[in-house]
Amino acid sequence: MAPETNPGPVQSLTLGKALNLGLRTAMERDPKVIVMGEDVGRLGGVFRITDGLQKDFGEHRVLDTPLAESGIIGTAVGLAVRGFRPVCEIQFDGFIFPGFDQIVSQVAKLHARTHGRVRVPLVIRVPFGGGIGAVEHHSESPESYFAHTAGLKVVSCSNAVDAYWMIQQAIQSDDPVLFFEPKRYYHSGFMKSEVDTSATPDPLFAARVVRRGSTATLVAYGPSVKVALDAATAAEEDGHSLEVIDLRALSPLDLDPVFESVRRTGHLIVVSEAPSESSLTSEIAARVQQECFYSLQAPVLRVTGFDTPYPPAKLEEHFLPDLDRVLDAVDRSLAW
Amino acid sequence: MSSPEQWTHPEPREGPAATAAAPTPEQVIAGLRATSEGGPELVQLLTPEGERVPNPEFDPFVADITPAALRALYRDMVLVRRADREGNALQRQGQLGIWVPLLGQEAAQIGAGRALRDTDMVFPSYREHGVAWCRGIDPKDVLGIFRGTDHGSWDSVAKRFHPYTIVIGNQVLNAAGYAMGQRFEGKVGGDDGEATMVFFGDGATSQGDVHEGFVWAAVYDAPLVFFCQNNQWAISEPTERQSRLPLYQRARGYGFPGIRVDGNDVLATLAVARWALAECRHGNGPVLIEAFTYRMDAHTTTDDPTRYRHSDELEAWKLKDPIERVRVNLVRHGDADQDFFDSVQAEADELARDLREFCFAMPQPPVGQIFDHVYAEPSPFVSAQRAEFLAYHDDFAGGDH
Repeated sequence: MAPETNPGPVQSLTLGKALNLGLRTAMERDPKVIVMGEDVGRLGGVFRITDGLQKDFGEHRVLDTPLAESGIIGTAVGLAVRGFRPVCEIQFDGFIFPGFDQIVSQVAKLHARTHGRVRVPLVIRVPFGGGIGAVEHHSESPESYFAHTAGLKVVSCSNAVDAYWMIQQAIQSDDPVLFFEPKRYYHSGFMKSEVDTSATPDPLFAARVVRRGSTATLVAYGPSVKVALDAATAAEEDGHSLEVIDLRALSPLDLDPVFESVRRTGHLIVVSEAPSESSLTSEIAARVQQECFYSLQAPVLRVTGFDTPYPPAKLEEHFLPDLDRVLDAVDRSLAW
Repeated sequence: MSSPEQWTHPEPREGPAATAAAPTPEQVIAGLRATSEGGPELVQLLTPEGERVPNPEFDPFVADITPAALRALYRDMVLVRRADREGNALQRQGQLGIWVPLLGQEAAQIGAGRALRDTDMVFPSYREHGVAWCRGIDPKDVLGIFRGTDHGSWDSVAKRFHPYTIVIGNQVLNAAGYAMGQRFEGKVGGDDGEATMVFFGDGATSQGDVHEGFVWAAVYDAPLVFFCQNNQWAISEPTERQSRLPLYQRARGYGFPGIRVDGNDVLATLAVARWALAECRHGNGPVLIEAFTYRMDAHTTTDDPTRYRHSDELEAWKLKDPIERVRVNLVRHGDADQDFFDSVQAEADELARDLREFCFAMPQPPVGQIFDHVYAEPSPFVSAQRAEFLAYHDDFAGGDH
């Protein structure tokens, strides 16, 4: 059934291939796991994340659905009530909104509405973020809408190892999970990692310090983690030791590692592609000032997408947080 | 005079569709009349005067309805109406925040509800107190929604009766998914097959989720009965505001059968619902049923129908009352005596008294309930919020708060 014959526990995988293997593993483990979405079957998804799954698991476990996002989510709710564990693919971030009503009104609230009798173990995979030179609605970062909604859990992976484990953990979760995938790194060779499928993964809803430092703290998630890590490497030349934290969990946020870091560094810069207003980055800033008020040497600064519609592709490099904007924010924070 | 089909389904060689699709004023009037009178395709087994109308196609589906079974349907409808009127009264007396009356729709709901088996699944809207009754749900379990103590306290898994869905049309997609699951699990394809029934109104037929539900159920051959109670009014908007053609005819466009039944005729509704469920059990689903009925009361207790509909319309529908025609039929055939009717009335009054006493005694829910069951695996953030608020709240214990 596996694409390669007996590949062994350690495989070198891109983020996209790691997701594919994670999905395959989850489907092998639990016959109630089904994959559904537009073009996920015969085509293997427009990003090929579900490549080969329909061939191996059949049309009743990998569903090429009609082209309607509310339909995908709404029927997945019914399948979950029936006892299935559906993994829905939303083709692009900007196409999730027809399904927004079902996500907010049914997916998020059924468990509470039924006094816990009905669980909705649904995973909604969302390729998100920019940097792929696409047309409108293909580069958005809508995660804050969902983090804002009680009853949903929201995570984002930034690398192949996490992609492999987190998708399986999200599928095993008895709560609905919005799973945001940094689409621009799906097939990046430089993001390839050695994925040890025999390892013990970190918990799903836990942030991770991905680079130790002492001068200032950078917090990021999804595609912005690479930007933060690149900035930390560049800052080293200026003698700045930046700590980088990959949030991984966006709701519930795991901010204890952030508080601990800020208490040491006194400086926090939060990086995200999403617009800043009323967002996850605002939430982080608010909670850090509440918990670390006397440790802060400067206000929490944010490097984000602008509070505008996502721009045409020729302008997106200016819209997206990059190494220089992050370093500029670090300088401003340290000079405060 | 033209029938509405002529301008909604132009025949070949009748000219360009665009021309054919533009109705004359006469055609519009003909269409509206067909919609408001039920039309010739209405399935009816009991006339408003209580006369049994033979119907070779659907009679077999109610061949087992003995006088005793008809009395049981009568009792269901009387009890459900009495509970509904009590709900309305409790709202007027300030015991409920709102009530959603089903008055006039008893036959549609009891007919559909009694066609279901325990192994079938039901997805209601928010007016299906009569269907809930048929699923063995105590009217008390519905009361919390309208008193504001919870969102419904029945066990939706054990009773196979999903929670009320208040967002118009959402449940239709949820039901389509559930029915797909029944099919994927191989529970379809014989007399003992499973089926799902979803309830929605005429207004909901304009929702995208309902259209998507039609598409999904059709392409996955889902064993789903779409049970549309066309009660003629979506709050203040008549069905003509939702559709140019009779609602049951929409099914044709999605590739499955649609049928219009007299929703004030419990026998016809039972027969048609049993037929539709049988089709689904055998793998011939989905099916759309349009139960042609009338909302005799307001949309909810907050509504004032005198602002948008004439009282003569209400008076006309009173003559088609769903309970009265069964009573007349039972009397005419000597299948029920006055003692029976008196005993059902006494039982109804007792049910209402019990409901009323229960309502008055419903406790204020504990504040901690706000934080209950938000997640299956608790969120530390919500847990901390709960602890902080409860500590704050407890500071007022014994005080005026």
